[in-house]
Amino acid sequence: MPSKKNQTPAAPAPAAEQSEGPPPPDPVPPVQLLYCSVCSFPPEYCEFGSSLTRCKEWLKENHPDLFDKYYSDDALTSKVGTLSLEAQAKLEEDTAKKEAKAVAKADAALKKKLASQVTIKRIERNKRKHVTSIHGLEAFGVDLKKAAKQFSSKFATGSSVTKNLQGHDEIVVQGDVSDEILEMIEAGAGVLKGIPVDNVEVVEEKKKKGGD
Amino acid sequence: MFSLAGLTRDMLMSRYEFDYGPRSIILITNLPFPTLMFKKFSPSTDIAGQTPVKSSVQRAIRSAVLSQWKIEPETLEAIWPKKEGLVHVKCREHVSIFTVHGEPLIIQHFDGPYYPTLRLLHKYPYILPKVGVDRGAIRFLLAGAPMMCPGLTSKGGYLPPPDAALPAGASVAIYAEGKEHAIGIGLLKMGSEEMRKINRDMGVEVATYLGDDLWALKAL
Ligand SMILES: [Zn+2]
Repeated sequence: MPSKKNQTPAAPAPAAEQSEGPPPPDPVPPVQLLYCSVCSFPPEYCEFGSSLTRCKEWLKENHPDLFDKYYSDDALTSKVGTLSLEAQAKLEEDTAKKEAKAVAKADAALKKKLASQVTIKRIERNKRKHVTSIHGLEAFGVDLKKAAKQFSSKFATGSSVTKNLQGHDEIVVQGDVSDEILEMIEAGAGVLKGIPVDNVEVVEEKKKKGGD
Repeated sequence: MFSLAGLTRDMLMSRYEFDYGPRSIILITNLPFPTLMFKKFSPSTDIAGQTPVKSSVQRAIRSAVLSQWKIEPETLEAIWPKKEGLVHVKCREHVSIFTVHGEPLIIQHFDGPYYPTLRLLHKYPYILPKVGVDRGAIRFLLAGAPMMCPGLTSKGGYLPPPDAALPAGASVAIYAEGKEHAIGIGLLKMGSEEMRKINRDMGVEVATYLGDDLWALKAL
């Protein structure tokens, strides 16, 4: 009985597989890499960002082992590497400056955001036709192209992003939809999330009388 | 083997061997490479449109990537499965981003070499040959500056040994002194041995780097 004979001697399983041709190779698994949730860099690069203090707090709390790896005294002296001590001091000074600047900038941006206005303007094109322009949405982090798309599908009319006379981007929607847009902003529909209604004003622009 | 007819011009021009041996670089080095393709990049203004890539073109891109990167076909298949459509995101100044499920994976300028995005390189760090800059150069790189030769030839920098020299036009992963992960991806402006000899001027042009506007885009 040849088949039994084949089984009894310790015939290694892999050898049998090999005779059928090599199995397809497996893909190389990706490196699992941690990114800083504050500045999005790999934590070893946080020192070059503009939020080192907050990055360090986050790392210490969430990944104490990595915190020790990057910020222990040993790590701090060895990372300087071939850089001169002067240059390292300059780097640290720059980082601190950058951080202060970033904080100031974030504050200013927030203030600006709270102070910025969204204007919904009803513009008369002729007696019975209107267009509606919406200006200032970008200050609240709204992607204008997406918003324009949202308007055109909601109202089934043309809607586009254009530059106004001042060179600012604004959305122009065909038809008088100013009240509806105000409602959409109040409801925070789609991409129009997080715009305080107090910062929205609705104005009307009458057509100037041509000849007189 | 694929037939010659199936090769696009760019595959012929930019094809190089697995061991990063010399390749034809005439086209690539003569191109006005946009220094910093992604230093300032805003999806709403810089993207002209997105189109699915035709399957014949996808095949061409796949074989070009396989010849330009040191990547196993099965690993590329895991990253970009054949049955998934590649989407071509056309950007200003002839910059292309290729995405799978909205995730940017490959970038290209004109018909130059295909670069992985930095996030992809972080996952598969071995797919491009390495160069390194010293610690002093890091902050300049992160500000979007091209890398000058001294930053690569100094003690803290790294260039491959002479027997693994890289030619001008090679795409490289840029590492930084004392850091484990790549900081950017670039294109050699001169060969690695030339850099050692000349040791001034621009050595590496940076295509994308940590913290640029492409880095901020996790999905398109
Ligand atoms: Zn960080």
